[in-house]
Amino acid sequence: MPANASEIAALLDSGNAVTVSADGYRARHTGNTPPAAAGASTTTATRSWKPWFPVIDYDRCTNCMQCLSFCLFDVYNVDENSLIEVRNQENCKTNCPACSRVCPEVAIMFPKYSGSPINGEPVNASDLSREKMKVNVSSLLGGDIYSTLRNRSDQAKSRFSTERSADKALAERKRCLDKLQRDGFIPAEVLAEIDLTNLPSPEEIQRRAAAASAKAQAALAANAAK
Amino acid sequence: MQSLLKMPQNPKYSQRMSHTLYCRCAYAQVISGPVKNARLEQLCASGEEFEAVPDLCEMAAARDPRLAELAHKDDLRIIACHPRAVKGLFAQAGCPLPPTAEIVNMHEALPAS
Repeated sequence: MPANASEIAALLDSGNAVTVSADGYRARHTGNTPPAAAGASTTTATRSWKPWFPVIDYDRCTNCMQCLSFCLFDVYNVDENSLIEVRNQENCKTNCPACSRVCPEVAIMFPKYSGSPINGEPVNASDLSREKMKVNVSSLLGGDIYSTLRNRSDQAKSRFSTERSADKALAERKRCLDKLQRDGFIPAEVLAEIDLTNLPSPEEIQRRAAAASAKAQAALAANAAK
Repeated sequence: MQSLLKMPQNPKYSQRMSHTLYCRCAYAQVISGPVKNARLEQLCASGEEFEAVPDLCEMAAARDPRLAELAHKDDLRIIACHPRAVKGLFAQAGCPLPPTAEIVNMHEALPAS
């Protein structure tokens, strides 16, 4: 690589934006240092958040609100016109593309994902017909997801009231996550990073699901009334 | 930190005023290092003025005002990843790209030189 390109690459890898002109090049630190350059000497504090978040292809999105209903981490919301938007990007779980798999229109992209079309490659007919892409949220856990969560919660309440075993609760969460992994919803590497002792309780999951569902229903009603 | 480093005299660094943005796609290995380096080399050798950023996704997440400035350029060329993703990032940052914007996809093979 010519020296200049190599110097510019090093600046970029250390978190600098670079403007190249006839006079030379000017570097400006962005305040973030990508992990690849974490070992490099820098006087600026590094930031740990990897920019991993969903990007909506509004040419494909039909505002069906499936993503809003599905995500329990409050990543999605609706704007003042009741249109879906990505509101809290930093809540997104790094390397998890699960919401893109529930989108019936394949309208959710993760540019840093390796596979097509989630990475933004053009969507073709086979993508649309692929079972993975057309999965219905309600079939995720073999029925209505909210009923399933409610049942899980009831079962958990009953079990904890008699046993109060943290180990059993942990095992139950692990089983649920294993199923999500087997079904291809959550990559193994994401699961490996999840702290099983720090997951939301069944009640919290139920509360979040209900809140997300209510938001989605309200937005759908507002859109229908237009 | 700000520094101005002199490039060697190169008549190719002419008065061409197109607006080219190069994304280094940090934080992920979805575009291979050699491909990113080859594109950067090409840019440096072209004599074209350009702007290079560590990560377009990060700029979009931060709604970096520079994106809006760039989106208003009629002769914008972006060297990054899949065009659908790049358009989505700009739109999500509140500054949709004009139809005239050219997006060079680094996922695709380099053209033979």
